[in-house]
Amino acid sequence: MSGILVLAADPMLAGDIGLVEVVLTLAKAVVAFGFLLVAVMLMIWFERKLLGGMHQRFGPTIAGPFGILQTLADGTKLFFKEDLVPDRSDRFVFKLAPYLSLIPAFLAFAIVPLGGDFNNGGQVEWWGRTTYLQVADPPIGILLFLAMSSVAVYGVMLAGWSSGSKYPLLGSVRASAQMVSYEAALGLAVASIVLVTGGLSTHDMVVAQAAEGYFGIVPRWNVIVTGLVPFIVFMIAGTAELNRPPFDLVEAEQELVGGFHTEYSSIRFALFFLAEFMNTITMSAIIVTLFFGGPAGPVLVSEVGGVGIAWAWGVVWFFLKLFVLLFCFVWMRATLPRFRYDQLMDLGWKALIPVALGWFLFLTALEVGRERGWNEAAVTVVSLLVFAGAALLLVRAVRSGRRARDREAARADEPSDPVEERA
Amino acid sequence: MAEAVFVVSAVIILAGAIGVVASRNPVHAALFLVQTLVGVAVLFVLNDAHFLAAVQVVVYAGAIVILFLFVIMLLGVDKAEELRIEPIFGQRPLAAVVGAALAAVLGAVVITGADVLTGLRRAGGERSLDGDATDIERMGRVLFGEFAFAVEITAALLTVAVVGAVVLTRRASRSDASETAGAAP
Repeated sequence: MSGILVLAADPMLAGDIGLVEVVLTLAKAVVAFGFLLVAVMLMIWFERKLLGGMHQRFGPTIAGPFGILQTLADGTKLFFKEDLVPDRSDRFVFKLAPYLSLIPAFLAFAIVPLGGDFNNGGQVEWWGRTTYLQVADPPIGILLFLAMSSVAVYGVMLAGWSSGSKYPLLGSVRASAQMVSYEAALGLAVASIVLVTGGLSTHDMVVAQAAEGYFGIVPRWNVIVTGLVPFIVFMIAGTAELNRPPFDLVEAEQELVGGFHTEYSSIRFALFFLAEFMNTITMSAIIVTLFFGGPAGPVLVSEVGGVGIAWAWGVVWFFLKLFVLLFCFVWMRATLPRFRYDQLMDLGWKALIPVALGWFLFLTALEVGRERGWNEAAVTVVSLLVFAGAALLLVRAVRSGRRARDREAARADEPSDPVEERA
Repeated sequence: MAEAVFVVSAVIILAGAIGVVASRNPVHAALFLVQTLVGVAVLFVLNDAHFLAAVQVVVYAGAIVILFLFVIMLLGVDKAEELRIEPIFGQRPLAAVVGAALAAVLGAVVITGADVLTGLRRAGGERSLDGDATDIERMGRVLFGEFAFAVEITAALLTVAVVGAVVLTRRASRSDASETAGAAP
C-alpha cells in the first residue's frame, strides 16, 4: 500500500496528504513549468544575442527593448503557419514524436533543487508544512534524469523515421547512435557523484556539497571533490546528448538539410525547438546540482522586515550558477567547429568512456582505502599506476586497430595481383 | 490506491503486449513493447523496487528497444510483413503448441498461487535482509556478495559475445585469409 506514497522523500509527503499538500505540489509543478517556458524564451534570445556579439554583429534588435521579444514574435509566427503532415509519413507517430521530445525535458527538471537555505538542511516552511524547493525528490533521484534522457532519444528517432523521407531518417539514425553511446559516459560520470554522495537523491547531493569546504574559502563542490575529470566528461557527454554544437551532427545543415525535423513545420517544429532549449536548460541545471552545489551558498541577509528570506538566497545562487553554465554552452557553440561523425564516435567510445570508467574505479579505490584505513598515498600511487598501464594498453590497441584498417584500405585500393591470388 | 494503479498499469501492459504481437509494422510493434516495459516499471515502483524501475526504463526502454529500432530502420524492414508465407516449415503449429504449454504453466501458477514450481512464494523467499536498507543496497549485497561469481561469469560471457561479434563482422577478405593461413604455424 505504501508504494506510491514513498515515491517522494519530501518530508511534506511523509504524513497524511491533505488539500494543502496537493495544492503545494501542484503549485511547485506549475511554477517550475512556467519558469522553464520563460527561461527558454530568454535563453533563445540570449543565445542569439551572444552569438551575434561573438560574430561581431547585433543579433535581434527590433522586437522590444534589445530585441528581447524576438522569441515571442517567432513563436507567434510559428503558431499561425500551416501545419503540414507529409503524405508518406506515419501519421500517428509523426504527431507523437514532438511530445516524446518535450515531456522528458520537463520531467528531468523536476528533480533539480531550485532554492532553500542549505546551511540548515535546505528545507522551507510554508503554511506549516516543511518541504523542499524542488518539484519531486524521488528515491531514484538522479537516475530519473538518465531515464528521461534515454526516453528523449525516441522523440528524435521516431521523428526522423516517421517523416518517410531519406534525410530525416539518416539524421535520426545518427542521432540515436550518438545519444545512446554518450549516455554511457554520462552515466559513468554520474556514478562518481553518487559514489562520493553515498545516495541517489539530488537533495542529498546538494546537502553534501553545502558542508564545510577546504581552507575556509574553497567550497566543497563535487567538481573539486571528484577531481574535475567527471565534470569534464559530463560536460562533453552532456553537450553531445543535447545535440548542441559542436556535436550537432543530427541536423548538420550542409549534409542533411535539417536533420530529423526537416519535414516538420509550424507548431510541431516549435515543439522540437522548445524541447531542444528546455533540454539545454535542464542539462545546465543538472550540472549545477551535481557539480556546483546547486542552490548551496552563503546567506547574506536572512530577514527583511521580519520575514525570513534565507531560502531566496538559494534561488539567487542557483540562478547565478545556471547563468554561467548557459553562457559556457553558447560560448562553446560559437567557438568550436562541428565534429566529423567518426571523430564523434572515437571521442565517445575510445576516450570518454574509458576515462570516466577509470576515474570512477580510482575514486572507488580511494573510498575503500579510506574505509579500511589503508595508506592513502600508497592507494593513490598504485591506482594511478594501474590507470596509466590500462591507458597505455588501450592506446596500443586503438593504434594497432587503426593500422590494420589502413592496411586493409590500402590493399582494397590496389589492383588485384594475380600472383598473390594464386598463392 | 495501490489496486487502482495495478489495474491501470495491467491494462496498459496487456494492451502493449497484444499490440506487439498484432501490429503489422515492426516499428509499431517496438513502440508497443516500450509501452509494456514502462507499464512493468510502474509495477516495480508499486512494489517499492524503485531502482529496478529506473533500470527497466534506462536499459530496456532506453537502450535495448532503441537498438531494435535501429536494426529495423537500418535493414529497411519497416513495412508491413507478408504473413501468408511461412519462413520455416512447421514453425507455426509448433509455436501454437509451445504457447499453449506456457499458458498452462502460467495458469497453474496463478490458480494455485504458491510453491508449485520452485517451492518459493516470492523471489528471495525466506531470506530477509536488513529492513532499513534501500532496494539498491539489498540488490548490491546480493549481486556482489552471494552471486559475485555469477555476475563475473556473465560479464565474461558478454565480453566474449562482443568480441565474437566484432570478429564475425570483420571477416577477412580473400587475400587477408591467405595471409593469416600462411602466417599460422
